[in-house]
Amino acid sequence: MSVIIVLLLPLVAAALVCIPFKKYWASGVTVVSSLATLILAARVAWLVSDGNSVTADLSVGWLKWVAVDGLSALILLLIAFVAATAAIFSVGYMAHGNLQPGKLRLYYINYNLFVFSMLAIPVLAEPTLVWMVVELTTLCSALLVSFENTREALEAAWKYVVLSLMGAGMALFGFLVLFAAMQASGSDDDYTWTNLIAAAPAMPPVLLQTAFLLILIGLGTKVGLVPMHTWLPDAHSQAPSPVCALLSGIETTSILYVILRLFPVMQAAPNSHAETWALVLGLISVGAAAFLLLQVKDYKRMFAFSTVEHMGIILTAVGLGASVAGYGAMQQIVSHCVTKSFCFFAAGTVLLAVETRQIASVRGLILQAPIAGAALVFGGLAIAGAPPMAVFLSEFSILKAGLTQKHYVATGLLAIFIVIAFFGVMLHVNRMVFGAPDSSGDASSPQRKNGSTLQRFNASTLPFSCRLALILAAVPVLVLGFYIPQPLHNLLTQAAAALTR
Amino acid sequence: MSDTPDQLLDNLNALATGLFLLTAFGIVAMRQARGVLNLFILQSLLLAASAALLGFRHHSEHLYGVALVNLISKPIIVPWLLRKTASAEIYTRREVDQVLNIPTALLIALGLAILSCFLGQPLLNAVAPEFRGPNVPMGIAGLLIGAFTLSVRREALPLLIGLLVMENGAFLAGISISRNLPLLVELAIATDGLIIVFISGVLIRAVQKQIGTTAVGELAGLKEVTVEPAEKEETK
Repeated sequence: MSVIIVLLLPLVAAALVCIPFKKYWASGVTVVSSLATLILAARVAWLVSDGNSVTADLSVGWLKWVAVDGLSALILLLIAFVAATAAIFSVGYMAHGNLQPGKLRLYYINYNLFVFSMLAIPVLAEPTLVWMVVELTTLCSALLVSFENTREALEAAWKYVVLSLMGAGMALFGFLVLFAAMQASGSDDDYTWTNLIAAAPAMPPVLLQTAFLLILIGLGTKVGLVPMHTWLPDAHSQAPSPVCALLSGIETTSILYVILRLFPVMQAAPNSHAETWALVLGLISVGAAAFLLLQVKDYKRMFAFSTVEHMGIILTAVGLGASVAGYGAMQQIVSHCVTKSFCFFAAGTVLLAVETRQIASVRGLILQAPIAGAALVFGGLAIAGAPPMAVFLSEFSILKAGLTQKHYVATGLLAIFIVIAFFGVMLHVNRMVFGAPDSSGDASSPQRKNGSTLQRFNASTLPFSCRLALILAAVPVLVLGFYIPQPLHNLLTQAAAALTR
Repeated sequence: MSDTPDQLLDNLNALATGLFLLTAFGIVAMRQARGVLNLFILQSLLLAASAALLGFRHHSEHLYGVALVNLISKPIIVPWLLRKTASAEIYTRREVDQVLNIPTALLIALGLAILSCFLGQPLLNAVAPEFRGPNVPMGIAGLLIGAFTLSVRREALPLLIGLLVMENGAFLAGISISRNLPLLVELAIATDGLIIVFISGVLIRAVQKQIGTTAVGELAGLKEVTVEPAEKEETK
């Protein structure tokens, strides 16, 4: 039952938020509901990792479309975690802007609906319904991207909607072809992920491959795979920072989850080349993002490009061989989610402190806003994959798996791109945090303004909730770098097993 | 001209899908926003007709469901929602300068339609004979032409219609090869289409209020190389 409650909580919260009440009512409701969601999702994940079924009593009526296995439970837990920390971060971050109460309510309504649509992705087992909630994530988050209502934000939101829905149109056809393939195989079972895997060997390969490519390209648009990534840095940089954390940290990953669901199906088909496609698209994404990272001018865009890079790494890992690199891919999903959400919280803190997104206008942050500077360095190191952090461990395990599979060229390229991306991120972060304030000649006038801003908005005025969210998000980034708890290890193993037949 | 009712139904279905393709061409060529919307409504009616004919031919209640859902949601609710969310001004817009002129755009659309016949053929060979029909190539053509519309239009309403044409195309192809989708799914997809219209309408209104135009395709401020001028002025 707790799965259903997890889904209902954000909806209830969205309804409650509509009531105009005290100043902190909307944010309070959202924080409480997302914390409750996190606890319930953790319980679901715990039960699943022990090998229990949490959806056995849900076989009646429309509830039969709900199913949770290891992979679903992992994604569910991550969504709930990022949603909870982002809700806490929102309290202080959104209060800073002195928004109209109505506008703030609108933010929290959309926030909760967006979280609901994401939570529904892993727990639904019917591909076309999953397609529907994927489309819902776009639609619920579009108004969050355009929330600041500037010219740039509206442009980003429009691009986001048009390109994502264009991809969704292709993916819809893909899912319908997949259903046709299942019917052509003679199977009369319900259209679910598990039944698809069972029916796969008898499906006509041409239908299966067409469906796979349509879905890979269609949903790949929303994951941000190069060359369909063009909307991603815009949308992921223009939205308010807590929303960026959700978009970049978890939305992309949960859409990638839908693509990953197809791999066990494809393994049944002879000469499907699904893994080759994943390898090629993944490497292109990592490579393009690594070079684009070198020339960014906006630090939120920098983290957005890093998301493209990480999605590419996960897809490459699956392409290297789901049976061997699957565990690493799952680890990378976890570390990407926790780290990227932290990075956007850090970026939001920096934005609160300096009120500009330009990398060139921010210098010597560590002296002027120590918390923001320290968070940015920590986040930059963590996302780039510096040693004791979670991303390092997962990237290392993927590279190791690639070498044992004798994919020397692909693994070598992946390693080179990761190193380039590391330099790209650290170059910018280093300049922003430790650069001498006067070294940037062209940005001397913004600098003065920033100096005055900083005196007004020094570290001590950083809202408590933002600090709390930073600390909460930093814990798994650091801990998962050298210690993976046993239940999480079981969950990762089960999730990796779901990638193979 | 037909000896059995089934053949007659097949011919009627072929007529509906052919007209479907024609409306897609019309949407590419039409300059007037209002006309694009009307063509889209006509196209949705043809989709519903094709679904109903196929449903009658193959005795499938699911396809009747598809037809009914399409009949209600697209021709009636979509224009109503658009009027509610975005202002009436988007109907009166006329695109003077398109990326491509009309003959070129139509030629490319024609090329896409021919391409879709080749793309559809392997799919048709893989399904059972009774599923074969003109729906799959025409649907793929709708999908491709919708995507093409998205890439050449600048005005908000034609862009939105382009998205919906893609969805119509996916459906037209989908209903012929994958019948018996649960009705819940049909309803869900139809609801989704309406939410698309609602959200886009809200966005269009915001763009109109903030920027004073509905030519959303001309928004191109977000790029890597240039430092945003607006922000620089602020910081002085």
